[in-house]
Amino acid sequence: MKVTLDQDKCVASGQCVVAAADVFDQDDDGIAVLLDPAPPSDRADDVEQAAAVCPALAITVQD
Amino acid sequence: MTSTARPEEVHPSAAPEFPMSRAAACPFDPPPALKAEQEQGPLRKVRLWDGTTPWLVTRYAEQRTLLADPRISADVTRPGYPSPAPLRGTSFSFILMDDPEHARQRRMVTAPFTIRRVEALRPAVQKIVDGLIDEMLSGPARTDLVQAFALPVPSLVICELLGVPYGDHDFFQVNSKTLISRSAPPEARAAAHADLIGYLDELMGDKIAGPADDLLSGLGTRVEAGELSRREAAEMGVLLLIAGHETTANMIALGTLALLEHPDQLALLRDTGDAKVVSGAVEELLRYLNITHGGRRRVALEDIEIAGEVIRAGEGIIVPNDIGNRDPEVFPDPDRLDLRRDARRHVAFGFGVHQCVGQPLARMELQVVYSTLYRRIPTLRLDTALEQLSFKHDGSVYGVHELPVAW
Ligand code: SF4
Repeated sequence: MKVTLDQDKCVASGQCVVAAADVFDQDDDGIAVLLDPAPPSDRADDVEQAAAVCPALAITVQD
Repeated sequence: MTSTARPEEVHPSAAPEFPMSRAAACPFDPPPALKAEQEQGPLRKVRLWDGTTPWLVTRYAEQRTLLADPRISADVTRPGYPSPAPLRGTSFSFILMDDPEHARQRRMVTAPFTIRRVEALRPAVQKIVDGLIDEMLSGPARTDLVQAFALPVPSLVICELLGVPYGDHDFFQVNSKTLISRSAPPEARAAAHADLIGYLDELMGDKIAGPADDLLSGLGTRVEAGELSRREAAEMGVLLLIAGHETTANMIALGTLALLEHPDQLALLRDTGDAKVVSGAVEELLRYLNITHGGRRRVALEDIEIAGEVIRAGEGIIVPNDIGNRDPEVFPDPDRLDLRRDARRHVAFGFGVHQCVGQPLARMELQVVYSTLYRRIPTLRLDTALEQLSFKHDGSVYGVHELPVAW
């Protein structure tokens, strides 16, 4: 699984952190930071949830 | 599927009026007429107070697609923008701007709403909630939950966060009520807006003179650095103050009413010690109640093809999240309150770049409230008949005016 994050699009909602805290974090202003661009497959559900709830469509997941 | 006239062929006088009214018998459900439009198709035409006929987006998939589309504008001053009321008395903060200016200003206020900062506030919110419940329990065993609890919780929290003296809450609560009321005359709304701006401007002056560790002081620093005008900073302050109050307060009161009407669901919250169960329940209550019922308003910047229609450049678009959250394609049996369902994809906070900036804070406050109130007052009950309650049909935020409870 390959995850990409477009920080320019991010609106700092933090929803990715709620969904998958070991894959996403936020900087001091709330902009998302990708901690793990290739998370283990058992994280797939949470990462997909993160991509689905991201209001800015800033997260892309590839198998 | 019945064949109906294409919405754009509908004569303006034949288009249904928006907003529609909720049915008195089902105070938690979106208006029946709105439901009927959803059944007709994903894109409909409606008629507004000024005779214009913008598009109404009724289904979840199209709602999310459009709200995330950069070809739509939130700029209230653009021709074609489907304004909910005459423009006088409107607050012109970043929620009514487009990127890049919207993003620039929004990023100035996101710092206190990161998940980490919000979690750090949880013990303080728990203390506020417990303190208010202690007060309720020390008095007579009946009260109006709105005044005693639902309003003070978010009010105390947002005042603390912004650095606004809580002692002034009567002043800004009265004015913010007028500002968001659709039935208030435009002059009254303009006056309320001017009073709030004046108040925030003065406070901003104090913060610039003596900064503290709060959001308004942070904005004051930006004003000093020339990144923001003082007027813009005051507009942001008004927005956050109002948004921090009305929405969460109504979610607390209306949510409690819904739970009292669904005792089996209330028991789930009362009897659990599991934070996951509580956060799931909060998401479902957000989906089910939809206290913002005026719809997100936008105007198309270019022709947009969607769901077999073409929204032309300059045409208005209204996205009512209440009906999106009741889309049976996404949430099976959508009119059932089911705290165990996975409702996290709801659009109660909107979607796209304008999604509510304070939602992590709102979620945390609601988690603390719903996991504490019924556990500490297990005998809580409605102290009047449901039919006696008066609901806020005329504002942009829905809820109950008063919620008499006893225990
Ligand atoms: S969910 Fe999307 S918008 Fe929100 S912080 Fe994560 S990347 Fe940014």
